[in-house]
Amino acid sequence: MSSMSLEEGKKVVFKGMILLAIITLIEVFIALIGNGHIIHGFHLPKWIMYPAMIGFSLYKAYFIVYEFMHMRYEVRTLAMSVIMPMLLLVWAIIAFLDEGSYWKESRAGIELLNSKGYTKVMIPVEKHHEENASHEDNIPHEGEGGKSDVSPIDHGTDNKDAVQPEVEIKSEKDMHTEEKH
Amino acid sequence: MATDTHAHTGVDQHHADETTAELWQGGKEPFKISYGKLMMWYFLLSDAFTFAGFLIAYGALRFSMPTWPLPDVVFSTFPGGIHHAPLIFVTVMTFILILSSVTMVRAVQEGHRENKQGVVKWMFLTIIGGLMFLGCQAWEWTNLIAKENMTVSTNPFGTHITDGVYLNEDGTEAKNEKGEVDKFEAGHTYLIHKEHGEFHKRVFKITSGELSGQLAQESFGPKAFGGLFFFITGFHGFHVFSGVAFLTVIMLNAMSGLYAKRKNGYEMVEKIGLYWHFVDLVWVFVFLVFYLL
Repeated sequence: MSSMSLEEGKKVVFKGMILLAIITLIEVFIALIGNGHIIHGFHLPKWIMYPAMIGFSLYKAYFIVYEFMHMRYEVRTLAMSVIMPMLLLVWAIIAFLDEGSYWKESRAGIELLNSKGYTKVMIPVEKHHEENASHEDNIPHEGEGGKSDVSPIDHGTDNKDAVQPEVEIKSEKDMHTEEKH
Repeated sequence: MATDTHAHTGVDQHHADETTAELWQGGKEPFKISYGKLMMWYFLLSDAFTFAGFLIAYGALRFSMPTWPLPDVVFSTFPGGIHHAPLIFVTVMTFILILSSVTMVRAVQEGHRENKQGVVKWMFLTIIGGLMFLGCQAWEWTNLIAKENMTVSTNPFGTHITDGVYLNEDGTEAKNEKGEVDKFEAGHTYLIHKEHGEFHKRVFKITSGELSGQLAQESFGPKAFGGLFFFITGFHGFHVFSGVAFLTVIMLNAMSGLYAKRKNGYEMVEKIGLYWHFVDLVWVFVFLVFYLL
């Protein structure tokens, strides 16, 4: 920043302020419109909202570190020694958001196994839109994951060895129609 | 590093890359940065690890729960009795922190020009910004704890997993404030209010799924919400508070002429500036993870 005059320096700072403010507004707008607050009932899918908001936040982080904290003007090796671990941290945060979702799926599968005796629903190939088992979500849960009323079925024999009819196996992901948006 | 008062320009950058090997032969400072500034960078890196740990815990726990209160429902109040203003207050808080970062950059710029008055003025504005943010955070906490009865062990924000319609005491369908039937869909977040000091869990009739027609009651949301929210925002708020304290001390030092004597471009102001920008940076990610996602 030393090569700039004071006037130029002030302008850069002012531009930076406007830039950060606008990006923040865009992020909030995406969150609000995606959850139906601006146009009632309109929803954006998560795979659009999340990458957009995470991307904007990463840009804000880059801008704050490089411009406001003057990292742009430091020796490159120093910048790398600080930036690289921070990027790995961001990766870790994103990875664990995904990991949490995986835990939820696994837990849902185990509950399905305990309550109904199977982990996947089998559907005859001919009838695509009929389901011969109820959704797992219909079992009433308390908010903190209370017990379901269905008694555990004795599934001592896995019917893996039995002769199977032509079936189409659906995973729990397809069965969850009432997931929170 | 009294001589190295000015930051390097882009041209020096290429020069530095060419002589990287020379920089590390010994007898020089390979990073061309003072000890204090370098250690501040590495302290900030370690602090980033701490916050990342918290956000990772939040992310993993939240997405592993069957339901989680929607942030745009939980955080929809605004001072002055305003409801149904989703995320507006926290956006204002973000703006305050961004502004305080901008005033901090100006303070550092004035410091490079050895302009004592400018440094004090802009640091003062930064401190005001920090205090405003703390005030907002205090309001948010008071609202959650006193008005909405959130604690670290009780979370009165639940989420419906079926469609339904609320019922009055006598079993008839309830009406909302607009006079329409008070019904909801799965995924809708609700707040359990207290009446006469006790939580009043409203009764509703399920209108979708396997248990359609049966009556059910509102239940508390995931317990982890309160603990995670208060701990993480509290930790960040503590950083803002300590930042304001340090900024005050350094501003007073600057006023007394201590840094002018050192003739190092007010490097101390730059160092605390790094800390303050880090606080803003952490808020960017807390804001993202807690309120937007």
